[in-house]
Amino acid sequence: MPEPAPAFQYATLSQQHGAARLGMWTFLATEVLFFGGVLLAYVVYRYGYPSAFAEAARHTHIAIGAANTAILLTSSFLVAWGVEAAKQGFGRFAALLLWSAAASGLLFMALKGYEYRLELSESLFPDDGFAITGSVAGGARLFFVFYFIATALHALHVAIGIVVLAAIGARARGGAYSAAYYAPLTVAGLYWHFVDMVWIFLFALIYLPGRA
Amino acid sequence: MSARNYLTEDTRLRSWFFTTDHKRVAILYFAGITFFFFIGGAAATLIRLELLTPQGDLVTSDVYNRLFTLHGVIMVWFFLIPSIPNTLGNFVVPLMIGARDLAFPRLNLTSWYLFMIGGLITLYAVFVGGIDTGWTFYTPFSTMYSNGHVVVAVVGVFIAGFSSILTGLNFIVTIHRMRAPGLTWHRLPLFLWSLYATSVILVLATPVLAMTLLLLGLERFFGVGIFDPKIGGDPLLFQHLFWFYSHPAVYIMILPGMGIVSELIACFSRKAVFGYKFVAWASLSIAAFGFFVWGHHMFVSGQSVFAGLVFSFMSFVVAVPSAIKVFNWTATMHKGWIRFDAPMLYALGFLGLFTIGGLTGLFLACLAYDVYVTDTYFVVAHFHYIMVGGAVTAYFGGLHYWWPKITGRLYPEYWARAAAILIFFGFNMTFFPQFILGTLGMPRRYHVYPADLQVWNVLSSAGASVLAVAYALPLFYLGWSLFFGAKAPTNPWGATGLEWQTPSPPPVHNFAVTPKVIRDPYTYRPDGTEQPQNA
Repeated sequence: MPEPAPAFQYATLSQQHGAARLGMWTFLATEVLFFGGVLLAYVVYRYGYPSAFAEAARHTHIAIGAANTAILLTSSFLVAWGVEAAKQGFGRFAALLLWSAAASGLLFMALKGYEYRLELSESLFPDDGFAITGSVAGGARLFFVFYFIATALHALHVAIGIVVLAAIGARARGGAYSAAYYAPLTVAGLYWHFVDMVWIFLFALIYLPGRA
Repeated sequence: MSARNYLTEDTRLRSWFFTTDHKRVAILYFAGITFFFFIGGAAATLIRLELLTPQGDLVTSDVYNRLFTLHGVIMVWFFLIPSIPNTLGNFVVPLMIGARDLAFPRLNLTSWYLFMIGGLITLYAVFVGGIDTGWTFYTPFSTMYSNGHVVVAVVGVFIAGFSSILTGLNFIVTIHRMRAPGLTWHRLPLFLWSLYATSVILVLATPVLAMTLLLLGLERFFGVGIFDPKIGGDPLLFQHLFWFYSHPAVYIMILPGMGIVSELIACFSRKAVFGYKFVAWASLSIAAFGFFVWGHHMFVSGQSVFAGLVFSFMSFVVAVPSAIKVFNWTATMHKGWIRFDAPMLYALGFLGLFTIGGLTGLFLACLAYDVYVTDTYFVVAHFHYIMVGGAVTAYFGGLHYWWPKITGRLYPEYWARAAAILIFFGFNMTFFPQFILGTLGMPRRYHVYPADLQVWNVLSSAGASVLAVAYALPLFYLGWSLFFGAKAPTNPWGATGLEWQTPSPPPVHNFAVTPKVIRDPYTYRPDGTEQPQNA
């Protein structure tokens, strides 16, 4: 297969790949600071209200959280495998792997939605009808504010990732990638692994306090 | 027009709105920020008119709150932050590094659309009733008590933030990966070093603002109480998060201006910048230290004394690289062949105004003195010296310097010099009295004040009218030059950068052949003639 030409602004394909990779790493640095803002706020309040945060965290559904962690980790493995497969020219197999990863993302979203429904039915949404009362009520409400904001933002990232994985899966199936041209795969893979990493932090912060 | 260039290649309107040429995106940004500059300026005019008299006779206090909020929000996010990077930076970065475009041309256009959408949403908030929180959106006022359209405005700024991030990302990747052969880091023109430092801040600070505004918007919209003391939330946390962005944002505004001044002083002194490496690395140190000084906005807000001490110390430290730059610019001019063309007049104006702004910044970094002048006109005067006296003056300097390259026309030099001088005097007349007002104890954000402060306020308002005329002048003579100005040669200033080695205006992909760089920037022979970086 002939090597595809670089875009007009680049001299070589490897320069273009380097730019794409650096672009995604820079974007991920932005994302770290973006999630950093909400995680910092969470940590400040958890430091201020340790018992309320522990009490609130005990109301989360750790079984669903653990299952979702396993699902996302598996999906990251599938993506890494899919990227390698596509690079080596196994386009149809790579598509299968990338689509499976996207399907794992969908499963994650479905479980997350189910978890939200459970929490709403248990009056854990942090408004005036909040279920946890007593001296820890304020802190527990703050916990659930951050729980909903952080997980919703993460879910938004997962949703974007699902679309991206489905799209590059389709292109991999059509044989678009090769050992010479694979930058979109690397970049999409980086993004998906990042989304996975954010979840690992969220899992520890949301489900584990008060359960030691 | 003899040869085809980026302006004449395709003149249909849609070719502008769907362009991915960095030069055309820069022009789109010029249009956008000029529009916002005059809206923000109109609000400032009304503020200065109201302050002519001690009584609140022109507007009610509620309208006055909305005016200064409008002025701040528009000027900070929709003029100052994008001003130099997105217009001049967008235009000259690929030209200066010998590239055909930025690394991600479509992302560049996306960034403009996000900017305009964010700006128009914010303007919508103004037209349906305005925002009365000040540009800082402090909680709990903004989340619980304000009757303005906070959520709409916050959505607008949030969206514009992504435009900033994408531009920063594009510049970082472009400067890393797209430099012409031979253009090593220490051969980069200093404007690129400062834009690189700016981009690092854009990429690392803006997302924190985005998250802060998101939390603010969600609290106000859903009433969940993130910063609400009633359920244990902490309004100070909002201030920390806000200033973690908004102090580095000051460096987003001033660093590009410093870069322009380096270019101008070298070119119009016919000498290499003194201590090039120090000036280059000073930009990065400002960016780095700038992340650790935000608490000096909060000396009286209730943070711990220890935090105050550390932030005070760090604020003195960040002044060191700025001072290095000022001294090195001065040393560059020493024994130079100084030419007083309009861009140089702006650069000299910058030098004077930025020095005053910087030194009064040290007053404010002193814990004791800051307590005395907190929330007074001293602070207002200080940051206007940096942002308007510094950043806007540098913007005008750069605009005149690259105008022949951008438009292919020479502007009328006489008018340009007149405007530059008028801006300098009008500016000082407007803002120097405000230092005095501040030390006399006049608080900011009030439209009624004691009668014995009127004389300084009248002086300031009179200066503002001079400044308004001076800022409007370029609109006319630069506009005139578009149609009637003499054709610009390739290198009208005898500068050394790669952007002056391609025709004015440049062809669509900038260079017929990718230039090969063989020497440092700002190489001038003893007789003052230039030696271009690539020949």
